[in-house]
Amino acid sequence: MAEKAKAQGNTLVKKLLGSNLTWSIVAFILLVIVCTIFQHDFLALSWNTTTGGLAGPLITMLQESARYLMIATGMTLVISTAGIDLSVGSVMAVSGAAAMQTLSNGVNVWVAILIALALGIVIGCINGALVSLLGLQPFITTLIMMLAGRGFAKVITSGENADASAVAGIEPLKWFANGYILGIPANFVIAVVIVALVGLLCRKTAMGMMIEAVGINQEASRMTGIKPKQILFLVYAISGFLAAIAGLFATASVMRVDVSKTGQDLEMYAILAVVIGGTSLLGGKFSLLGSSIGAVIIAMIRKTIITLGVSAEATPAFFAIVVIVICVMQAPKIHNLSADMKRKRALKAQAKAVAA
Amino acid sequence: MTTATANKVKAPKKGFKLDRQMIPTLAAVVIFILMMAMGQAMFGTYLRLGFISDLFIDHAYLIILAVAMTLPILTGGIDLSVGAIVAITAVVGMKLINAGMPAIVAMIVMLLLGAVFGLLAGALIEEFNMQPFIATLSTMFLARGIASMISTDSLTFPEGNNFDFIAEKIKLIDQPKAAHDLSINLGVIIALVVVVFGYILLHHTRTGRTIYAIGGSRSSAELMGLPVKRTQYVIYLTSATLAALASIVYMANIGSAKNTVGVGWELDAIASVVIGGTIITGGFGYVLGSVLGALVRSVLDPLATSFGVPAEWTTIVIGLMILIFVVLQRAVMAVGDKK
Repeated sequence: MAEKAKAQGNTLVKKLLGSNLTWSIVAFILLVIVCTIFQHDFLALSWNTTTGGLAGPLITMLQESARYLMIATGMTLVISTAGIDLSVGSVMAVSGAAAMQTLSNGVNVWVAILIALALGIVIGCINGALVSLLGLQPFITTLIMMLAGRGFAKVITSGENADASAVAGIEPLKWFANGYILGIPANFVIAVVIVALVGLLCRKTAMGMMIEAVGINQEASRMTGIKPKQILFLVYAISGFLAAIAGLFATASVMRVDVSKTGQDLEMYAILAVVIGGTSLLGGKFSLLGSSIGAVIIAMIRKTIITLGVSAEATPAFFAIVVIVICVMQAPKIHNLSADMKRKRALKAQAKAVAA
Repeated sequence: MTTATANKVKAPKKGFKLDRQMIPTLAAVVIFILMMAMGQAMFGTYLRLGFISDLFIDHAYLIILAVAMTLPILTGGIDLSVGAIVAITAVVGMKLINAGMPAIVAMIVMLLLGAVFGLLAGALIEEFNMQPFIATLSTMFLARGIASMISTDSLTFPEGNNFDFIAEKIKLIDQPKAAHDLSINLGVIIALVVVVFGYILLHHTRTGRTIYAIGGSRSSAELMGLPVKRTQYVIYLTSATLAALASIVYMANIGSAKNTVGVGWELDAIASVVIGGTIITGGFGYVLGSVLGALVRSVLDPLATSFGVPAEWTTIVIGLMILIFVVLQRAVMAVGDKK
């Protein structure tokens, strides 16, 4: 009996060790430990009575992670269909620019939010239409959109960095970025709810399976009665919408948009979050939970870089190295190598047993 | 350049029958002529020799980048790192010159540095099965990040360096008015040499033939026993090294270097290649088309200035142009499939 329980325990341990999620969480804890060593009060939480929420380094990290959660979720769905959305950073700039510019022109805050979100959906739909209807390659389509989107953001604000911090009646938008729900940052809560909704949509309906089917083999999915064009259109539209929300989160915290910096490099972060979450860049199976943890890890890595006092300029190089390492580890060659070693070890053990 | 392309149009198919895949390139020729004609008609300066000289001198780097980008795109891949490689080589080269290194040493280091990034991209793609755009996206971030770590200031040449001999203007036709001079510099000559190099590599070597074969179908190329892996290395090595060369030419021309130089140049290069008629999915295209595409892209800047269009609109126009040409390619291919 005891042996059986032990064997079961072993398989559980093996399962845990084999899971991507475990390793992500281990990486997260390691980062927290490193930060705590360098900054002893890193884990400290205090109650800020003026804002009515918790305060501390971890909380600011969660606040920042909200935008990564949004773009990583959209990116997961797109990558799962064997596509890519390089335009998320620019969509963030467009939605932020639209919100800030309309606000400073005296538009009602809710209308401004709606305009920003609508623009995100429109750009997502254009991506989707080009990829699904015209059959263009996703990366070239969204690369064009990344370029044109940033140009469009500059056109919206006529090249300036629009500032709406002095406008009256912007409290609702400000609350999205800086407010608290039960002491937890509001934007993080909103982001988690949205991710959960997308997760429900994918896993409680056939949506998720259809997306994966399109990603594994588009032609085969069409033959089983799925409409790949609709699915493709939908995932790009969702990605655009979520990126627009991320753009609001990013700009509303300071109520200012920097048309050339808002959302810059964030497509890379989103791809990284997805890859950390264990979704293959070649499409197919996806894990929203994995990507979400990936997004929080991205925020944590950024926090670590700041805590360690590494210059902000080094961030892209650092992230590039992480992407390269993870992709190399996912490569079939490395997998084969570890399988080879296992086989050899088993052979050796067998030889030993025979000799004994 | 237009005549050269026109000759090529007729070369593959004997007689007057037009290959449908040539349609995008022909469209580019028409667009280029229209743009020049419009500029000449409205502003009267576009056909001056001085203007044409400046067009080539200011955009020699883009011609080099367009040739560089043609190789990966022909195989159905892409090299997104060219702009970032320009940045890192420029910053490193400028630092070396400011440290008192002779210009020639700095140039060699710059080229080697470019080659290292190309080799890295090639290894990631071939050894670890990364998709080209992901691999070069990471080397792009890596290069840009390292460039920013080295310096975020605008660096300039020290007094008495011997680097700007590349930008020294050579007057071919000297006329009383400077605007009518036809002049070139070493940068333009380098660009032309690169074009010839690209042409010979693609059309007169085994490597070139393998590049087209990979673009047609990689697995077929492998089954035929072509050295696909080695060729892929050559492609990314060449494109990165040419990017470093473009950096040398550009740096000599403007006399300064910064970590943000070359942002978005990969898109300019892709635009040039796509406008020039190379199919984005690979297998069909040619270097001379890319040069034509680079010229179309180059005329956009002065046109935008002449019309007083704000700079932010040019990126949208370039995006639209790439899109239109990619859709055009798609349509041409679809028509071909139906036949």
